Parts: sequence; C-alpha cells; structure tokens
Amino acid sequence: MPKNLLPMSDAHAYPHEPTGVETRKLGFWIFLSTEILFFGTLITTFLIFKGRDFPGIKLTDVYDIPFTSVSSFVLLMSSLTMVLAHNALETDDQEKTRVWLLATAMLGAVFLAGQIYEFTEFYHKGFELSTNIFSSTFYVLTGFHGLHVFIGVVLLLALWGVGQRQRGLSLNEGMNLEFIALYWHFVDIVWIVLFTVVYLI
Amino acid sequence: MTKIIEPKKQRNIFSRPSSETGIWSWITTVDHKRIGIMYGYAAFFFLLVGGLEALLLRIQLSQPDNNFLSAAEYNAMFTMHGTTMIFLAIMPISAAFFNYLLPLQIGARDVAFPRLNALSFWIFIAGGLFLYSTFLFGTAGAPEGGYLDEEVSRLASAPNGGWFGYQPNAGLKYSPGTAMDYWAIGLQILGIASLVSAFNFITTILNMRTKGMRLMRMPVFTWMTFAVSFLLAFSLPIIAIALFFVTFDRQFGTTFFLTEGGGDPVLWQHLFWLFGHPEVYILILPAFGIVSEVLPTFSRKPLFGYPAIVFAGFGIAFIGFGVWAHHMFASAISPVAQAGFGLSTMIIAVPTGVKIFNWLGTIWGGKLTLNTPMLFALGFIGMFVIGGLSGVTHSVVPADTQQTDTYYIVAHFHYVLFGGALFGIFSGLYFWFPKVWGRMYNETMGKIHFWLMLIGFNVTFGPMHWLGLQGQVRRTWVYAEETNLGFWNLIVTIGAFILAVAILVFMANWIYSRRKGEKAPFDPWDARTIEWSIPSPTPVWNFSKAPEIKSLDDFWHQKYGEDEDGRAVRREGTDELLLKLEEEGLNPDEEIHLPSPSYFPLILAFGLPFLGYAIIYKSVPLALVGVILLLIGGFGWGTEPLEEEFETSEENPDAKESSTYE
Amino acid sequence: MQIKKFLKTRHLMLCSFLFITACIENAPLDSLSPAGPYARTIDDLFWLTFWIAVVIFFIVQGALLFSVFYFKDSPDKPEPKQIHGNNFLEILWTIIPVIILASIAVPTVRTIFDLAREPEDALKIEVIGHQWWFEYKYPDFEITTANVLVIPEDTPIRLEMWSNDVLHNYWVPKLNGKRYLVPGQKTYLNLHADNAEEFWAQCGEYCGLSHSKMRGRVLSLSQSDFDSWVMNQQKNAANDLDQNSLAYEGQQVYLNAGCTQCHVIDGVWDVQGEQIAPNLTHFGIRNVFAGAALKNNPENLTKWLANPAQIKPGTFMPNLELTEREIEALIEYLGTLK
Repeated sequence: MPKNLLPMSDAHAYPHEPTGVETRKLGFWIFLSTEILFFGTLITTFLIFKGRDFPGIKLTDVYDIPFTSVSSFVLLMSSLTMVLAHNALETDDQEKTRVWLLATAMLGAVFLAGQIYEFTEFYHKGFELSTNIFSSTFYVLTGFHGLHVFIGVVLLLALWGVGQRQRGLSLNEGMNLEFIALYWHFVDIVWIVLFTVVYLI
Repeated sequence: MTKIIEPKKQRNIFSRPSSETGIWSWITTVDHKRIGIMYGYAAFFFLLVGGLEALLLRIQLSQPDNNFLSAAEYNAMFTMHGTTMIFLAIMPISAAFFNYLLPLQIGARDVAFPRLNALSFWIFIAGGLFLYSTFLFGTAGAPEGGYLDEEVSRLASAPNGGWFGYQPNAGLKYSPGTAMDYWAIGLQILGIASLVSAFNFITTILNMRTKGMRLMRMPVFTWMTFAVSFLLAFSLPIIAIALFFVTFDRQFGTTFFLTEGGGDPVLWQHLFWLFGHPEVYILILPAFGIVSEVLPTFSRKPLFGYPAIVFAGFGIAFIGFGVWAHHMFASAISPVAQAGFGLSTMIIAVPTGVKIFNWLGTIWGGKLTLNTPMLFALGFIGMFVIGGLSGVTHSVVPADTQQTDTYYIVAHFHYVLFGGALFGIFSGLYFWFPKVWGRMYNETMGKIHFWLMLIGFNVTFGPMHWLGLQGQVRRTWVYAEETNLGFWNLIVTIGAFILAVAILVFMANWIYSRRKGEKAPFDPWDARTIEWSIPSPTPVWNFSKAPEIKSLDDFWHQKYGEDEDGRAVRREGTDELLLKLEEEGLNPDEEIHLPSPSYFPLILAFGLPFLGYAIIYKSVPLALVGVILLLIGGFGWGTEPLEEEFETSEENPDAKESSTYE
Repeated sequence: MQIKKFLKTRHLMLCSFLFITACIENAPLDSLSPAGPYARTIDDLFWLTFWIAVVIFFIVQGALLFSVFYFKDSPDKPEPKQIHGNNFLEILWTIIPVIILASIAVPTVRTIFDLAREPEDALKIEVIGHQWWFEYKYPDFEITTANVLVIPEDTPIRLEMWSNDVLHNYWVPKLNGKRYLVPGQKTYLNLHADNAEEFWAQCGEYCGLSHSKMRGRVLSLSQSDFDSWVMNQQKNAANDLDQNSLAYEGQQVYLNAGCTQCHVIDGVWDVQGEQIAPNLTHFGIRNVFAGAALKNNPENLTKWLANPAQIKPGTFMPNLELTEREIEALIEYLGTLK
C-alpha cells in the first residue's frame, strides 16, 4: 500500500499513535498472539495423549501421508499467491490483485476439500470423532484449523467480490487485504506445525 | 461558540440510529462512558443475584442437617453463586471501571475500537442472559442410574457441577440434562466478550495515549488495566479450548476427560487452573489499581514507589501463570510438582507484599482524609493482608492438604475477592461517583455502609477459617450435628445478613445521591490524575482538546509545587487555572467528531446465544437464526463507516443537554 | 451508668462463654488435633507458618492503624512532604519476605517428600471411591468392606486409592491431609494412628448430589483386636438360618426383592461383574452405613430401606417398595451379619 496515503481507520481518529503502528494493525497482532494460545492448548492436549498407551485404532492406522503432503503443499502455495496479491496491490495493479486473491481462495478451498475427503476416509475406516482419545484430539485439532482456513476462504472471497463489484479496492479495503494476508500466513504456519506434530512425529 | 455537529443520514441495512437521549441512545451507544455505566449496572444486578444465592446457601447451612434447600438446589446455588460472582459481577464491574476511566486517564477521546467495545458489552449481556436462561429451560438430575426422591425444581435446574466444573462429575454421565451445557457454552460466550475487550484495551493503552503520556507516566489504574488485559488475552484461550472439550464430551461423545475412552480428568484440572489462577489476578488487579489512585489522593502524597508498584503488578501477573497446580496439591500430582508449585506460590507473595508495603508507605506521613473511598481503600489493605497471609499457609503444601476443599479456603478467597476486590471496587465507586454523575454521594450513609460492610464481612468470613480447620468441607449441603460446626455456621449466616443490609444502605445512598446529591465540583478531591481536570459529569467528548502530559500525576503538578522542605505548596494562579479548565472543558473550540452509534454490535452479539441453544438442542433453525444474526451484524458492521459524514451547524441547546447522562 | 456497665460485662461474658464452648467441644473432623505422626508433622508445619503469619499480621495491621490515627487530617496539620519512594526500603521489603518464605520453604519441601514416601512394613489397603461411599479392600487378607476402615494401632498404613466414577478426596483430618481418588489412576496416602480410637473421614472433593453425605469412619484397634477382626472378616456369612426365624425371612427378602442386583453377601450371594454397592457380609458389626451418613440402628435402617433417595439424593439404591414386614425382617437379617 502506498505509504503516503493514510487509510480511513476503524480505530477512532486521534492525533498520534505512540507505538508508530497503525491502531487497527496493532489490535490485529494482539488477536493473532492469542490465537497462538488457542492452538497451543490444542496441540499440547494432542501431544499429551499421543504417547498414551490406550488400546484401539490410532491415526497411524488410517493416515495417508503422501495425500496430506500434497494438500499441505497446496496450502503452502496459497501463501505464495497471497503474497502476490499483496504485491499487486502495492503496485496498484487492481486486476492482478483480484486474480491472486481468487487463486488464494481457490487453493484454500482445495485444501479444505482435501481435509473433508481425508476425514471421510478416516470415518469409513472406523476412526470416528468419538472412537477414542486419539481420534477426538485429532479431529478437534485439525478441525479447528480447518475452521480457520474456512473463515479465511470466506474473507478472501468477500474481498474478491467487493473488488470485482467496484473494479478495484479502496485504501480501506486494501488495509483489509493486509489483515487477511497476515491471518492467512498465520494459518499456514500453524498448519506446518500441525502437519509436523500430527503426521510426521 | 460551540460548534455542534450533526451526522448526515445514510442508508445501510437500517438507517443509522440517531437518538441522543432515551433508551435507544443507550442501546446503540459506542461511547466508552455509557458502555462503562451499563457494564456497572448490569454487573451490580448480577452481584445482587449472586448475593441472593449466597444468602440461600447460608440459610441452608445455618444449622446442622437442615432441609431448607434440597441437595440438588444447594449444588445449583453454589455453582451459580461462584460463576455469577466471578464472571458476571466482579469481572464486568472491573470492565465498567476500565471502560469509563481508561480513556480519561490517558487523555483519549474513546477506546481504540468503540464499536468493538459495544460488542464486548452486548456479548457479556447475551452470555449472562444465556447462562441464566437455564433457570427457565435447563434440566438437571441424578447421575445415570441414580434416584431422586423429588422432582427437580426450577431452582435446581441450573448448572450444578461447581464453577470449576471438575470432570468427569460435570460430564454427561454424572450431570445429565442440559444445565451444565448452559454453563459450558455460557462461559464460552462470556469469554469471547472478555477476550474482545482485552484486545481493545491493550491497543487503546498502547496507541491512544495523549501527547507526553509515556508509559511510566500512566496512572497505576491504567497500568493494572493493561496487566489484566494481558492476563485475559493469554488465559481465556486456554479455558475456551477446555470448554470446547467439555462441550464435545457432552454433546458429541468424545472422551477428552473420560478414562473410558483414554481421556484424563486431571487434564481438565490443569487446563482449568491454568486459566483459573490468572483469573484470580484478573479479579484482584483492578482493585489494586483503584486503591493506588485513592490512597495518594486522600493522603495528599504521591504514591510511594510508583515503579515498584507497577512492576510488582506485572510480576504478579507473570508469576500468576506459573502457580496453577497449587489448586491441585491433593490431586494426582507428584511430590516434585507439589514442591515446585509450592515454591512458586511462595514467590508470588513477594511482589504482593511489595505492593502492600508501598501502600503503607504512601499513607505514612500523609494527611489522611478519612472519607468513604479512603475508608474502603484502607479496609481493603487490612482485609487483603489477611487473605494474603492465609494464602501463604496454602503454599505450605502439607498444611494445604489439610486445608484444601474446606471452608478455610472459602474464607481465604473471600478475604481476597470480597475484602480485597470488592472493597477496592466500592472505594472506586465512591471515589469516581462525582466524576460520573456530577453529584456528591452522601458521606454519612457511605460511612455507615463501610462500617456495616467491614463488620458483616468479618463476621461472615472470619469464622470460616475456624470452620475449615474444624473439618467443614466445601460445597457441603449438610453437615452432621456431631461435627459441632453448628454454632459458628449460625454466626456466619448472621454475618451474611449484615452484609445484605450494608448493600441495601449502599443502594439507598446511590439512588438518593444520584437525584438529590449536592452538585459536585469538577475536582472535589483535589485529585492527581487528568480525569479530574475535566468537568463533572464528564462531557461526551471527554477532553476539549488533547491534553499534553508533562509528568506523572500531571494534574496535581499543575496545581502544586514543593517548598524547600518538600511539602506541597499550592501554586499561584491555581484557582484561575481551575476556572479556565472548567470553562474550556465545557466549551470545546474545535469540531469534535465522535464515533456514531450503531445497531450492529448488538445484533452480532445476540447471534451467539442462538448458536448456543442450537448446539444444546441440536436445532438447525436456531442455528440458522444465529448465523443470520451474525451475518447481518458482520455485514452491516463491515459496510458501515465508523463515523458518519458531518455537517457543522451553529449551537444547538438540545445537543448540549445530551452531553450529560441525567 | 452502672446498669449499662453491667450489661456490657454480662454481654462480654456471654460471648466468651459461647466462644469457649464452641471451641472446646469435640469436633471429630478437627484438623488441629492430630492423632498420628503424619498429621502431627503437618500440624507442626501449620503452626510454624501460622505464628509467622500472626507476627506479620500484627506488624502490617499495626502500621495501618497507627497511620490512620496518627496521620489523620486535622485543621492545623501542614501539607505532607512529597516523598516519591525509597529504593533502600523497596529492597528491604523484597528481601525480608524472601528470607521469611525461605525459612518456611525448607521444612515444607522436606515434609512433602517425607509424607509421600512409602513407609516400611506398611499394611496395604485399597480405597475405592464410589458415589457416595468408600470401599476398602485388604489384598493381604482378601477382605472387602465398606464405610468403616479398620486399621491396627501404631502401624503405618499405605492406602492405594482410585475412583470408580468421579473424583473423590479421601480425608481423615486427625491422621493425614487429603488425597484425591481419580478414575483410571492410582494415588497413595499414608495413615498412622497412635492409639486405638475411632476417627471420622469425609470426602473432600465435590462429587455430585450427595457429596456432603460421603463420610467414613476409621477404626483403629489394638493389634490383637485387629487380628480377631481380620479372622472374623474372612469368614463367610452363615447360610443355615432357622427357617422359622424372622432373620430367615429377611434373607429371603434379600435374595428375592432385588438387593442381589448389587449387594454381595459372601457365602450367600455373589454379584457378577462390577460391584457398585457395599459388600454386606459383615454389615452387622459396622457402626455406620449409607456412606457413614447414618448410624447403624433399626430406626435409621427403616428410614433408609423405605426410601434411600430421601436420605442420599441421587443414590443408586432404588426404592424397592418394601412392606413394613419385609423391612423389619431385612433389618433382623442384617443384624445377624456379624
């Protein structure tokens, strides 16, 4: 975003911002920092039970690492397209911004579709939500992440829709794009952690 | 001449709310002061409800083997008493102070996100109503396979697993019915409200400070708000996830806390207290902040060791995350963990002590005005010290294994949360009464309130130490005659009724003084911080122009200098300064844009309880209603500008009238 | 004036009288009258902490009250000196509490490990928590009993505990502190009674509807009494009652009315599967029943058998709609189970 133009802030206009960070962005960073704790609690719970000796079906009995690796790659790529969208906006290339926004949303949707497919497969193999502690922790953890991806996709599509209707994004909406990008990268990073914790180790 | 600005009408989903007086102006307000006042009244209402529940509990315990309440009713009442007092009374009443005072103390016109602020409030209301709707719709009963002799009354149809909801007792098998779902989801909703307000306050403190308001010039109350907001932001996610697990266990058959499926009930204890202990500091730190404002003002001395008090506050907040297992000393934890958490609990006594000694240092050598807020602040120190010392006996793990789960603990935390937090809050309510309402409270009634409360409080909670050591366990519906606990229980019950009378005196004073109290000058206490440099009651725009801060206790230093002995000396021209400040405060000479009122926070907030009902009753229509409300709220919010475009008009007497909340 | 004074003294006397009676009367759950080495260690530690706390209490409250009276505003008082703080004092009142706490911390940590250590030659007893009663098993003697824990005097006892349903918390205040009973996990607690005596126990953790009535007794016996108790417990109940006796009729009620769904009487009936109710084999020699909420006498038994849920809300024992005659017979039979 061009630096010389101040966005119309949702924060109440006030003479100065002592931290030098735009108020809305500051609020958003604080929001993301608590998100870490949400995922942290879920991951900790998952890890506590992962090593427990309890009879019954485990994730290792049903998972398909190559498949999940591919969908993880798709999600990672969506971070790249998100960066491209952001770059395009900074150079004020509205057309490209929208293209990359849509691409990001689509990649996110592909990841979600992969997750739905995966969940269905697991279900059919008898690894259901309430089967045992391993399945419960798995579904709640990855499902919570999936919900985040879903919200991200909805936000991306909404922003794309606004851009499409107005043939371009205003400065304020550009600010929104920055937030969505921050959020999207955050969700991606969390997935890298989850993929490692849940599938690889 | 004042230029009053009128918003242009614009069309959104609804036309923008425009009334400036009357009920709709309150419902749609985004003004931090009005939101603060509403928080205060709502919290006080719940304080009365929680107090009523406590009285029922005390009547039941006034004699051995009593039958005033059934076991089911008793269990519901103590669960709701704890939950109400913590989540619906003390936390929101602190939020009332944060909302009203924070922007004033840092010289801001509002919080960082005014609509988000309204959203927090309405989510709190929605969550509170949702939780209490359990008395209308909830069901409870005996554990699977158990028998009850009588119908479960409406009074007993409330959550009954304790405010701590220990698993598996609070799970579906042992607490069937929907009451505990109301609890889990209700707390979830209330958590969202607090989380949102935590983001808002942290951002406000970081970014909305006026010129010259460096961090180390902020009033201690603002510092404590800052600490509490961090505690909220980092502890609520933990309980949110834990409550998710509970809801999943109850609704979808998972086994996070059930050994049958490989789960672990002790995990709930860990997660709950990882949140629950910081929560204790969430409740007490605002009171620390309040008395740190009141004591210097009425001692006519600066706060002793300001940096020490600030750092001790943050020290407490930080260490507060490392002591959670001291709630579990008797639970399944190893001796190593017992020793570790015992030591960390002892360590937290050090910054707490530092605060107390600094407060004593503040009043030492001062010139004390013993009016109601000061009495409550002094009472706070006295009572809190008792709670703190009994707290040290809990850190001695072996002794705690005798004390835990007895009335000794009940006594301890009431000394901290009632004698501490609530005394601090009353101190603050009297202290800022003139600023909020522009009238003075009645001093005589205030003092009667204080003495009744001090006596009632000690008669109620003092003997509980003894009862606990004599073996009365907590959450006990009845106790046997042979345990010889009857006498002191009766005394305790009498004390509880003295407390009830004290609260009635407070209410009478409040109602009387709001209407008939003397007109308050804008600086009735010769106070120290900048919220006293603006008119009483606070004008809608707070500061006519952004103040510039030159030191800690800026307003005091504008009024007073020091002579060669270091004694305070009123500066020449202070009287003129005060007159000028009042004149300026009432007549801003620049255009002031205030955030416009909005319907959408309200709509968004009331979507959440519908989702809650939808989960409990597995109902798609209810879920749809919830989602639609959320979508309307979210979409409307997103497309509505914060401020309407303004036109400037000449002075308008009606608008000026609306700047005071009469 | 005189009358007023008199009233005042009398009032004072009355108060102190009430205070003393309330204090000296025997409280069976009193945690401050230890009757064994474990409880005594805890008690010593508590009083150490308590007296330190009392000293601090008087210093702080004294300073507070002194300030209030001495620095109270009066018309001729000059403005106070504006003191902003004192680093020396800050350091002082950080370090002194640290030293005091350290002096408590050392014995605390030592005691934690002392209490957790398994005593040598301890008698092992299993404690199983149920909603709302405690079950005891003596693996060395193959005894199962309920509500009353019988132990030999002056002998260390090692309790191995778990719960069958929700969390419970085992507490015999005069013998040791509390310890949770957790489903799916084992916890341990040591007991040791100096003398032959009866103690009260109580569940500490809120465990549902009748938590307050989840009580217990610990009966400490001399070694010889304990040995004969063990001998007696190992016997089955008699199965050769006189067919014309009321007790025999009671046994028939036990066998046919539904009691056998949950209650075992060794030598008469064995329940298949999980035991969710107390073993009744030697019911007659226990002085309490129903989670030790009631004294074992015909009057209480009549009330209990007529409607268990009225006494213990939420209980798993149904109201079997017994007739008065059946109840009478059953009580007679239970009395024979010595």
